[in-house]
Amino acid sequence: MEIFTQQLINGLVLGSIYALVALGYTMVYGILGLINFAHGDITMVGALVALTVVQALAAAGVPAPLVLVLAGGCAILVCSLLGLSIERVAYRPLRRAPRLAPLITAIGISILLQYTAALIWGKQYIALPKLLEPAAIDIAGAQLTTLQLAIFVLACGIMALLLWFIKASRMGRAMRATEQNPDVAGLMGVNVDTVIAFTFVVGSAIGAVAGLMVVLYYGIGHYFMGFMLGLKAFTAAVLGGIGNVGGAVLGGLLLGVIESMASGYIGDLTGGVLGSNYRDIFAFLVLVLVLVVKPSGLLGQSGGDRA
Amino acid sequence: MNLSAKVSGNPQLRWALWAAIALLLLTLPFATEALFGRSWVRIIDIALLFVMLALGLNIVVGFAGLLDLGYIAFFAVGAYGYALLASPQFAVHWPFYVLLPLGAAAAAVFGILLGAPTLRLRGDYLAIVTLGFGEIIRVLLNNLNRPVNITNGPRGITLIDPIQLGGVSLAQTHEIAGITLPAVHNYYYVFLFCAVLTIAISLRLQHSRIGRAWMAIRDDELAASAMGIHTRNLKLLAFAMGATFGGVAGGLFASFQGFVSPASFHLIDSIMVLSMVVLGGMGNVAGVVLGAVLLTVLPEALRYIGPLQQRLLGEVLIDPADLRMLLFGLALVLMMLLRPEGLWPVRRRSAKAEAAHGR
Repeated sequence: MEIFTQQLINGLVLGSIYALVALGYTMVYGILGLINFAHGDITMVGALVALTVVQALAAAGVPAPLVLVLAGGCAILVCSLLGLSIERVAYRPLRRAPRLAPLITAIGISILLQYTAALIWGKQYIALPKLLEPAAIDIAGAQLTTLQLAIFVLACGIMALLLWFIKASRMGRAMRATEQNPDVAGLMGVNVDTVIAFTFVVGSAIGAVAGLMVVLYYGIGHYFMGFMLGLKAFTAAVLGGIGNVGGAVLGGLLLGVIESMASGYIGDLTGGVLGSNYRDIFAFLVLVLVLVVKPSGLLGQSGGDRA
Repeated sequence: MNLSAKVSGNPQLRWALWAAIALLLLTLPFATEALFGRSWVRIIDIALLFVMLALGLNIVVGFAGLLDLGYIAFFAVGAYGYALLASPQFAVHWPFYVLLPLGAAAAAVFGILLGAPTLRLRGDYLAIVTLGFGEIIRVLLNNLNRPVNITNGPRGITLIDPIQLGGVSLAQTHEIAGITLPAVHNYYYVFLFCAVLTIAISLRLQHSRIGRAWMAIRDDELAASAMGIHTRNLKLLAFAMGATFGGVAGGLFASFQGFVSPASFHLIDSIMVLSMVVLGGMGNVAGVVLGAVLLTVLPEALRYIGPLQQRLLGEVLIDPADLRMLLFGLALVLMMLLRPEGLWPVRRRSAKAEAAHGR
């Protein structure tokens, strides 16, 4: 039972990070119908920027909470600008091109980001300096650290804020209108270009926060870390129903729990034959299963092929 | 344009041109060895393998318009199929004329297994699922050394048998009519034969009934199916056919290297083959061949950038391997923005052109 509770806690915390990254995929997909392949790598850049800031400030003796705020701020700033310029340079000129073209530029941008990061930060794993001393809270025999709690609460807060923003604000309404039909939204006085740029900025900023969380949670950063993270977040978005913001949240949490349960129990279930080195496969299996059984995802509307 | 019109209008000139190309290809390894050294013959061998791979992917991406990001997995299936059945790993040593067709068939089966559930999905979903499939294959290759040692894990399989042609091993140096043929030269001719065969099959497929149906699906699936094309079966066929090419190339690769490990089958290798197709010209066989040769040879030339930096700047600022990836990424983006049809685009057969030919 302790294992179950522990894996549930770990899964929910990991899942909330997946959900944050998944939001970036799902918002862009909802509006442009494009898989922003580079989104995982934007998260990676956010993580490495945050790491650098933490390294610089922690050595100077700045208090930990201030370091975190500054690191997050820098990461958000860099990622927002990055998202904005990627949309402007690589995706906007191809908005009316065949579907394959923007997907291929997205792959190109993803490679460019990875290897530019490799040039700047090197290819080795970068360790986070000792910054926090998370205390552990005991829940039914399982441990929940204060860091995990903070990540989970912050992630949920961001998600709630975003859901409210899309539902209630003027910009949010413009986003929903553009998602339904960009041409008609344009006729109704919505500046579609601004809305799309804004979507990229918001998605990238949230990705930056997720990047900071990953760095704090695992304590390391790497130029290739965005690949797996992005893939899993995309799986989460598909699981919840891509294009649906609430679905991304649900899918992220669910995928996190599935993954940590599976890797926690696979050893026992198979008598030690299969180990947790198979954990990365679960995300793909979930992805394939969802796409085969219910391609519209848990909360997505079925029908209406927009191709 | 003018030249090609002149050549195609004159049969004698055309034969002369073909003979010149054939002569060039047959003497290429000797010329290369004399000019650049034997290591470049090896690079040309690899380029021929990539020609086969890129043409296989071209069937899937270029003809049928299905974006496959896990294509290297079929290459891996072919390579491991060959490696397992022709090495001390299981103490089995089957000959290549059994293993190459077997590898092709195994890859085709994998292609159908992957394609059957996923091909009704839209293009970009397909891309992600194939990517996931490629990663699953790699993770399996890495981990199937426990509890039963099948793939030998990350260490890979060594001492793979070379191809034996009538009791003659291609991995040894031979002397025929006073001409010395080292291993890389032997393999060059085998690979050249396979690559030419692949090109011929691709060209014949392109204008066949099946090829035209693929292109109809690529251009508008709904319209194609309204015209009576069985889209699902034809998409499966494209997947299986592309996988077959990958499987054969994989088997050849395993015998040529004598060693396979999961490290050769990363996502980045899939993307590299895709880049060859995209940069060369999706759907155009000649363009894809050009793309494959360019993208194998140019990165090798980039190796000289390291020593050059050392000499000019006193230190190596950018690792040539990283520079190669940066240029890849940049090339993909710029190509899509500036010349989305590739370096050597396919000439569309339009109704107007047909009318001009008086058909």
